[in-house]
Amino acid sequence: MSSKSNIFITEETIEGDEDGLLADKTVAVKDNISTEGVTTTCASEMLEDYVPPYDATVVEALKEAGATIVGKANMDEFGMGSTTETSAFGPAPNPVAEGHVPGGSSGGSAAAVAAGEADLALGSDTGGSIRNPAAFCGVVGIKPTYGLVSRYGLVAYANSLEQIGPLAPTVEEAAALLDVISGPDEHDATTREEGADSDYASAATGDVEGTTIGVPTELVEGADEGVKARFEETLDDLRDRGATVEEVSLPSVEHAVEAYYVIAMSEASSNLARFDGVRYGKSGGFDGNWNETFSESREAFGEEVKRRILLGTYALSAGYHDKYYKQAQDARAWVKQDFDEAFQSVDVLASPTMPVPPFEQGESLDDPLQMYLADANTVPVNLADLPAISVPSGEVDGGLPVGIQFIGPAFGEEEIIRVGSAVEE
Amino acid sequence: MSDTSPGPEEVRHVADLARVGLDDDEVERFTDQFADILDYFETLEEVPEVERESDLVNVMREDEARECLSQEEALSNAPETEDGYFKGPNVS
Repeated sequence: MSSKSNIFITEETIEGDEDGLLADKTVAVKDNISTEGVTTTCASEMLEDYVPPYDATVVEALKEAGATIVGKANMDEFGMGSTTETSAFGPAPNPVAEGHVPGGSSGGSAAAVAAGEADLALGSDTGGSIRNPAAFCGVVGIKPTYGLVSRYGLVAYANSLEQIGPLAPTVEEAAALLDVISGPDEHDATTREEGADSDYASAATGDVEGTTIGVPTELVEGADEGVKARFEETLDDLRDRGATVEEVSLPSVEHAVEAYYVIAMSEASSNLARFDGVRYGKSGGFDGNWNETFSESREAFGEEVKRRILLGTYALSAGYHDKYYKQAQDARAWVKQDFDEAFQSVDVLASPTMPVPPFEQGESLDDPLQMYLADANTVPVNLADLPAISVPSGEVDGGLPVGIQFIGPAFGEEEIIRVGSAVEE
Repeated sequence: MSDTSPGPEEVRHVADLARVGLDDDEVERFTDQFADILDYFETLEEVPEVERESDLVNVMREDEARECLSQEEALSNAPETEDGYFKGPNVS
């Protein structure tokens, strides 16, 4: 496997301060997170030569904590994909399941941790892009509550949904990295105070005595049989450790995938309008008509990116806005209400992270809708702004990793870290 | 396939609105795929009207001069510049 070169888009060492919480740790950083002086491509031909003049807030935090950044990790172009196959620089491998995708869009970040190319990694999660590759590569990934971690310096795809978060071999290490990057930032007005002075790492106690875990039936029914079996076994283990498991119902999540894609694509169509080849990115030239020149510049986008920009433009256009965008916002509010109600009677919710084991390479490229549907269990969390963790929960079909997801109430990171750490024991 | 899904001409029109150049193959593929995807999105019709309460507040700061990128840094990724400005195509 010529893995290493496809795990990273750029391999470059960025030294941090001499001491700090991560002084002896190496970290892979997803290539949509700005690193001053080091190429940040978003896995797109559009930005293949883009060198940020400043660091993302999370990169500053890594440096101050003494971490050594070892490279910019491969990803789906602009975060749009679930397999890391839409990267303009070629697909990333799955180091623990040859011939299969590492998941996405933070596939390079998860692969770097799984292959031991980095101790830890940063990814970003707009609709599952940390949890999906964590599950497919057999590592831990956390999608923080919206506003816990600064997005300053993250190249935007869908601002109202995305968060930067950690990937690591264990829950405790992922929590320790979350401690480093969480907290308010004057450069991101959506950040909140809750992450300041956090100590998430010490919440990884493995103690679930007296914890009530809710299982939304809607997120289990459609799963692959093997995935379901691993999920049930993990719940049995947690029962043995003193947790109570009960079924809950979240009827709104039946509409989460379509609501998520309408909102994400709409935001993408607006966000990616900034790429016109004038301030940065591939130039479309300087002659002829302004609009044609821009269209030419934007031919540098890959097919999935074009698809999402066009569908987003369509969903927001006159005559269709109410039918798609307004309905999607109603669905989003409904999903939030369903979660709020569920958390009145349970401490955390659990589901398989992905309803399927890792796809074979190339399997999902021809049918975008099928790929979107595989996000059914991860996107409700982003719609509701909630925190969630994916923890390895065994294998199916002779070695394909499977993950279990725990969802917490807003700013309930300690709760999901505690329950997640119990799965590891 | 839904009756209302966009045909090839409409796909081209949306691509024009979004300023995204497409070749003929892409137009053909997108026309097929958009029919499936938009068909699926139409299930949003079943979503009930939901009261959307928002407890969000605007976060404001004083409009004060502060440290920012130098002109040179701001221009450093531009494909072309002229006299310290970004260079763009003709506005016709």
